[in-house]
Amino acid sequence: MIDRKILEEHNLTPDEYEKIVELIGKEPNITELGIFSLMWSEHCSYKSSKVHLKHLPVDGKNVIQGPGENAGIIDIGDGLAAVFKIESHNHPSFIEPYQGAATGVGGILRDIFTMGARPIVLQDSLRFGPLSSAKNKSVMEGVVSGISGYGNSIGIPTVGGDVYFNDCYSLNPLVNVFALGIVKKDRIFYAKAEGTGNPVLYVGAKTGRDGIHGATMASAEFGEDLEQKRPNVQVGDPFMEKLLLEACLEVTAKDLIVGIQDMGAAGLTCSTTEMASKSGTGIEIDLDRVPQREEGMTPYEMMLSESQERMLIVAKKDKVQEVREIFLKWDLDAVIIGQVTEGGRLKVSFEGKTVVDIPVKAVIDLCPVYEREIEVPSYLESATQLEPFPQPENFNQAFLKLLSSPTIAEKEWVRRQYDHMVQVNTAFSAGADASVIRIKDTNKALAVTLDGNSLYAYLDPETGGKIAVAEACRNLACVGARPIGVTNCLNFGNPEKPEIMWQFQETIKGIAQACRTFGIPVTGGNVSFYNDTEGISIYPTPVLGIVGMVDDMKQITGPAFKEGGDILILLGENKNELGASEYVKTIHQKEKGIPPQIDLEEEKRIQDFCLEIISLGLVESAHDVSEGGLACCLAESSFLSDKKTGLSVNLRDGIRSDAVLFGETQSRIVITSKNQNHQKILDLAENKQVKAAIIGKTGRDRIVISHGETKLIDIPVDEALKAWRNAIPEIFSIK
Amino acid sequence: MIFPGSNCDYDTLYVLKEVLNQDAIFLWHKEHDLKNVDCVILPGGFSYGDYLRSGSIAAFSPLMQEVKDFALSGGLVLGICNGFQVLLELGLLPGAMLRNKNLKFLCQFVHLRVDNEATPFTNKAKKGQVLKIPIAHYDGNFFSPPDTIQEIMANNQIVLRYSDARGQLSEEANVNGSLESIAGLINSAGNIMGMMPHPERASEALLGSEDGRIIFESIIKGLG
Repeated sequence: MIDRKILEEHNLTPDEYEKIVELIGKEPNITELGIFSLMWSEHCSYKSSKVHLKHLPVDGKNVIQGPGENAGIIDIGDGLAAVFKIESHNHPSFIEPYQGAATGVGGILRDIFTMGARPIVLQDSLRFGPLSSAKNKSVMEGVVSGISGYGNSIGIPTVGGDVYFNDCYSLNPLVNVFALGIVKKDRIFYAKAEGTGNPVLYVGAKTGRDGIHGATMASAEFGEDLEQKRPNVQVGDPFMEKLLLEACLEVTAKDLIVGIQDMGAAGLTCSTTEMASKSGTGIEIDLDRVPQREEGMTPYEMMLSESQERMLIVAKKDKVQEVREIFLKWDLDAVIIGQVTEGGRLKVSFEGKTVVDIPVKAVIDLCPVYEREIEVPSYLESATQLEPFPQPENFNQAFLKLLSSPTIAEKEWVRRQYDHMVQVNTAFSAGADASVIRIKDTNKALAVTLDGNSLYAYLDPETGGKIAVAEACRNLACVGARPIGVTNCLNFGNPEKPEIMWQFQETIKGIAQACRTFGIPVTGGNVSFYNDTEGISIYPTPVLGIVGMVDDMKQITGPAFKEGGDILILLGENKNELGASEYVKTIHQKEKGIPPQIDLEEEKRIQDFCLEIISLGLVESAHDVSEGGLACCLAESSFLSDKKTGLSVNLRDGIRSDAVLFGETQSRIVITSKNQNHQKILDLAENKQVKAAIIGKTGRDRIVISHGETKLIDIPVDEALKAWRNAIPEIFSIK
Repeated sequence: MIFPGSNCDYDTLYVLKEVLNQDAIFLWHKEHDLKNVDCVILPGGFSYGDYLRSGSIAAFSPLMQEVKDFALSGGLVLGICNGFQVLLELGLLPGAMLRNKNLKFLCQFVHLRVDNEATPFTNKAKKGQVLKIPIAHYDGNFFSPPDTIQEIMANNQIVLRYSDARGQLSEEANVNGSLESIAGLINSAGNIMGMMPHPERASEALLGSEDGRIIFESIIKGLG
């Protein structure tokens, strides 16, 4: 008998239960209830976010597949397509950092190769609490090792991403994993279960009791009992996934199968129902045939298991033997567990008895959709008021402190734990504004970047959403790539709280506007709600993964200064904007104020201009101004240069000196050019109505920045470099 | 050669075929045929997931019997990264690998000093020449008992050493903590070499260095 307690354990409301009974015309048994609890969970159903997500632009002439499949697909010419997606693995990564992050990598990779694409890029967007806490350090160490352990072994380069630190992530770290693959346009596979009588094959690892209720866990707030949830986290086996990847790509290279779907969140339940739903068919499976790792598993456990490295394939009837031979070659299980049926029902048998018999439509299409209550948060009024604060007495010291703040400091400690070079395509990884990966057998490269500043979004979610898109596109422009597609991971608190839903609605509004301005489609992504622990919600954290195209590899431009004596030009202008900046947070200990504002049209003009002058060969280096402002931007270009080339800059803006140096005004890019090219750039800028000004020169071995007649910063490159480079290794060094 | 879990197999083939225009093929671990090749390369990766111990299970692959016979009769065998670990497990090269001294996976460019240029794998380099080639491994901290390392040194078997950009050895340059800064090692007969750095990742300017080509070009030169 299903009682209230069982419903609570399954995270279903009494209303939802009533609806289930009505839809299936009977009281569900426990296995059927388990299936609904998974597929109607926030994680699988998007029941709170759907009404808002429809505002995102999803169309574009190069879109082959938009939201709704395992991953989005964009046509990139030469008969090829890019398949990409971002997903969160936040909840498991807090409970068990290594395995949580590792299986996050495994899961997103399956989403890519299940479509027939060979993954060529991984990136991660990570958010942790401050590293002054031992717990946060151990979470970060575990997450980075997990990503490294899985990605390195399977042989897909992890090429950067971003890492931010904030108190709000202490009890709720974020692990967002992005993957991209390449597929021939005529070899794309979908999650289809067509053709009555076609066999359903189970391939890959055996099913165990791990990960039962993972998706449901990711759809609730954590309380003090979270340590007990450790058994809900799956355990990854990258070697098994590597075999599965190679076998699946061998199968999809030939005409052997109808459809394929990975068993990720919600395992067998999700793959069977989704495949049938998409084709308007039914599926029947026999659980006795499912390869099992443990003895005595119940139908409930098998249907809900989230054991990793498994796939479901609907094969062509006469090709089953060939499919099985390929899996045998890779020493993998490939077992027929059922077939495609007519009538749209999921039927599951176990020990000769039917244990599940429900309409697929009820599980997938008729899931309730909620229009949650919305309310402007009460914190906003005071949080956006930034009380007056003095300028630093010693700008050199403030500068060094900012360079060593973990959000700005060099992340080499993280990066070198990731194999970012395997597959021999990596032209740029972390350090550059965006990672650049060449596409073999063409003259093109893809650029990828992840971005999202949650403090901006907390204080002004619409602007935060706009800036996340704009900055990601600006990163692409700096390496010489034009944006072609977007995937997003929206990390928020509990959607049943009206203030959280307001943040969500406003953020989407901003993202949608920016994507329209830049003319880029959103091809999918992931929403992660319930990022609350013990009642504390994270800042709204939209993470935008944007993919760009470099049409000619010769155009690839980096952030590093090339030579001394090059001219430094600032595109855009400095403004008196200090609210929500890393400077105010680090130096004045305030996470407050109005974040920098953004004019999307102006932003677009500047990015287009940057791309134009790069394509004309006028640019030596380009770097976007972001956290830490102009001073940190200039310093990074110096640190990344081969000869640690210094710079001398003089700024004359009539605003506060700290705003000139550390303000995070948007729509700014610093470029360098050869002396003979700078006039051409300035003339072109005038022509295109882009603000461009010479601010100084590269050269010598010091960083010197003046404002008007006052020298604010004057410091050897080596000294600043040390602060930036040693900050994170020192935190983790064993003393 | 491809073991289950190899992941630099395609990279190595790509460099040999597309960059260096050589005739190169994959050999599958389950077969028993070396297909008349002149040189066998064991690629990097995580053969069998590196479970049990890096390279240990791959050493028992069916085709390894033929590779062993080929090597012991003087055939050229190069093991890169995981391939080096397999050669150690097979006993074709002396010593063993410990976890890196900082106990973390390390993926970065390093400098290597060529200490022995009179090998089929370095004959195009000069003694003392410094190469910029990346490493990517967890277990690359070379170790051996005192008598073994003495023998290695006496036979001039150390081919590549971790150094700084000017060819100086130091604890800092020896990133993974290897005994005698060993990055590349050859057998006493001079036909089997293992190296932890990945020359295939440093064979195109786009990727940051072309110094790795010297290893492949040396093999090609030796084979005529």
